[in-house]
Amino acid sequence: MSIKPVSLKPISLKPMPLKPMSITLKIFALLVAAALVVPYVPGIIYPIFVMKVMCYGLFACAFNLLLGFTGLVSFAHAAFLGSAGYVTGALMIRFGTHPLGTVTAFTLGVLASALVGLAIGGLAVRRRGIYFAMITLALSQIVYFLAVQFRWTGGEDGLQGIPRGNLFGLLDLSSDTAMYYVTLVLFSIGFLFVYRVVHSPFGQILQAVRENEPRATSLGYDTDRFRLAAFVLSATVAGYAGAMKALVFQLVSLNDVSLHTSTEVVLMTLLGGLGTMFGPLVGATLVVGLQNYLATIGDLVTVVIGLIFIVCVSFFRRGVVGEYLEWRRRRAQRALPAREPATAPSPSHAP
Amino acid sequence: MTMTLQAFMAQLTIGLIGGCFYAMLSMGLAIIFGLLNIINFTHGAQFMMAAFLAWIGLTQLGPWLGFPSFAINFWVALVIVPLVVAAVGMVIERALLRRLYQLDHLYGLLLTFGVALVMEGGFRYAFGVSGQGYEPPELLQGPFDVGFMLLPKYRIFVVVASLLICFGTWYLFERTKLGAYLRAGTENPKLLQAFGINVPVMITLTYGFGVALAGIAGVLAAPIMQITPLMGGNLLNIVFAVVVIGGLGSILGSMITGLSLGLIEGLTKVFYPEASTVVVFVIMALVLLVRPAGLFGREV
Repeated sequence: MSIKPVSLKPISLKPMPLKPMSITLKIFALLVAAALVVPYVPGIIYPIFVMKVMCYGLFACAFNLLLGFTGLVSFAHAAFLGSAGYVTGALMIRFGTHPLGTVTAFTLGVLASALVGLAIGGLAVRRRGIYFAMITLALSQIVYFLAVQFRWTGGEDGLQGIPRGNLFGLLDLSSDTAMYYVTLVLFSIGFLFVYRVVHSPFGQILQAVRENEPRATSLGYDTDRFRLAAFVLSATVAGYAGAMKALVFQLVSLNDVSLHTSTEVVLMTLLGGLGTMFGPLVGATLVVGLQNYLATIGDLVTVVIGLIFIVCVSFFRRGVVGEYLEWRRRRAQRALPAREPATAPSPSHAP
Repeated sequence: MTMTLQAFMAQLTIGLIGGCFYAMLSMGLAIIFGLLNIINFTHGAQFMMAAFLAWIGLTQLGPWLGFPSFAINFWVALVIVPLVVAAVGMVIERALLRRLYQLDHLYGLLLTFGVALVMEGGFRYAFGVSGQGYEPPELLQGPFDVGFMLLPKYRIFVVVASLLICFGTWYLFERTKLGAYLRAGTENPKLLQAFGINVPVMITLTYGFGVALAGIAGVLAAPIMQITPLMGGNLLNIVFAVVVIGGLGSILGSMITGLSLGLIEGLTKVFYPEASTVVVFVIMALVLLVRPAGLFGREV
C-alpha cells in the first residue's frame, strides 16, 4: 500500500521528508543539551519553571498531534491530563514507598487516560467538525463531575502532598535535581514518540485524512478508525504529561480537569504554531511564562488570554513557529525563482 | 417515595423552565450555524452579558449617573438589552468573524471562544464571582394558583414568553418570505446574492438575531438565576449537548429537544438528584451510540 495521498498538497519546497526530519532532531538535541545544564545555573533560569514548561509542552504536543496533524478539535484534553494525574497521584499516596511504586503508578495513570480517551473518542468520532468539538466539551464535563464526586480524587481539595517515590529503590526522586533529570528523560521520550508518530506512515495517513477525507477513503482507509487511533494516542500522551506533572508538582487539583486547562492547551498550540513540531513547546513556554508574570492581575488573566486568542486567530494563524517557517520558505523561494517555478505552493486545500 | 405531588410538580416546572432556556439558546445557535457556518461559542457569554446589563440597568445605572431613583425596569430591559447585546454581537461579526468565513470551521470556533473569554473575564473583574440578585417586576411577583398548586407568577411568565418567542422564531424562519431568503442563504448564498439579496448584510443581521435570542433569554433568566459571570458558560456546556442530541439542522428540532431535555433533567432531580447535573451528557452519549446523526440530524 503506497502512501501517495500525502503528496496531494505541496506543503513546502522541500522535496523529501528526510531533510526536515534530521533538522528537527538536531534542534531537539540542542534543546536537551541546553536543558541539561539548567540545574547548575539556577540564577538564570529556575529548574522548576523548565519542568513546568516540559510538562505543559508535552501536553501541547499531544494536543497538536490531534489538532495540528489530524485536524480534530478537542476540548477534553484536560480530562486526560487530569485523569492520569489523579490515578498516578492516588496510587503514589498509597504505594509511593514501594520500589516499583512510581513506575507502576505512572504506567497505570497513562493507561487510565488512554481508557478515558477511548471512551470519549469512541463517541466523538461518530460526528464530524463542529459537533466533534462540542461532544468532547460535553463529555469532559462528566469527567469533571466525577472528579468532584469521587472520594479518592479528594473532591474539591484535589490530591496534595503526593510523594515522588523512587525509581526501583535506586534513585530517590524527592530531590528536585533528580526529579529534573527524570522529567527531562520522560519529556524527551514523549517528544520523540510524538515525532515518530507524525513522521510514520500512520501519521502521513492522518494528515491525508485531514486534507482530503474522500480521497483517503477511496484509497481504502477506514478514516473513523484512524481518527479514533489518533485521538487515543493523543489522549495517552496528554495523560503521560499529566502523570509527569503530578509527580513533579506533587499535587493534582480540579483545575487540571477543568475547561480552563483545555483552553490553555488550545492557546499554547495555536500561539506556537499548529502542525509544527516545536510550536507547542514555544507556545507552552510563552503561556507558562505569561502566567508567571500575570499571576498578579488576577481575573484579568482570562481577558488577556481571550485577547491573545482573538489576535492569534485574526492575524497570526500560523503561530510563532509557523510564521518563522513561512518566512524562511518565502526567502528560499525568492532566492531561486527561476529554477523551480512549478513548485509554487498551491492555495491551501480548496475542496 | 415520600415526595408530595406539590414538590414533584415544582421540580417539573423548574425542569420546564430550564428546557425553555435550552430551547431559546439552541435555536440561536442553530440559526447562526445555518447561515454563518460557525458555532457561536460566545453565546453563553452573550446570555450572561444580557442578564448583567438588566441587573446594571435596574440597580447600578441610576447611582452611577447620579440619579439614585433612576432605573431601567424589567419591561424596558426586555426590549433594550437584547438590542444592545445584538449590536455588540454585530460589531464583532463585522470586525472579526467576517474575515474567517473562507477558512476552516476551527477558526470561527476559536475566535468566538476568545471573545467569550474576554467578556467573562471582564465581567468577573468588574463584578466578582458572587451571584447578584434581580427582583422580578411587581406585576409578576407572588404566587399564582393553578388549581392544584401554587406557582410563582414569574415562572409561568417565563414559560409562556419563551414558548411564544420560540414559536415566533419558527414562524419567521419557516413561514415568511424573509425566512425563505434565510433558508435559501443557508443552501446557496452565492445564488441568493445573484438574485439581488445583500447576503453580507443578511449574515450580519442573522448573527444579530441569534444573539438577540440569547439576550432575551438572559434578561428572562435574570430574576430566577444567580447572575454571575460564569452563568452563561455553564449553561452553554449543556446547550452544546442539547445541540448534539437534536442536531443543528432544524429550528423546530432544537425547540423540541431543548424542552424535553429540560423536563428530563427536572424528573432526574426528583428521582435521582445526584445525576441531574450529568443526565443531559449521558443522554447525549446514548444518542450518539444509537443514532449518531442526532435525533433531527442533518450531518454537516
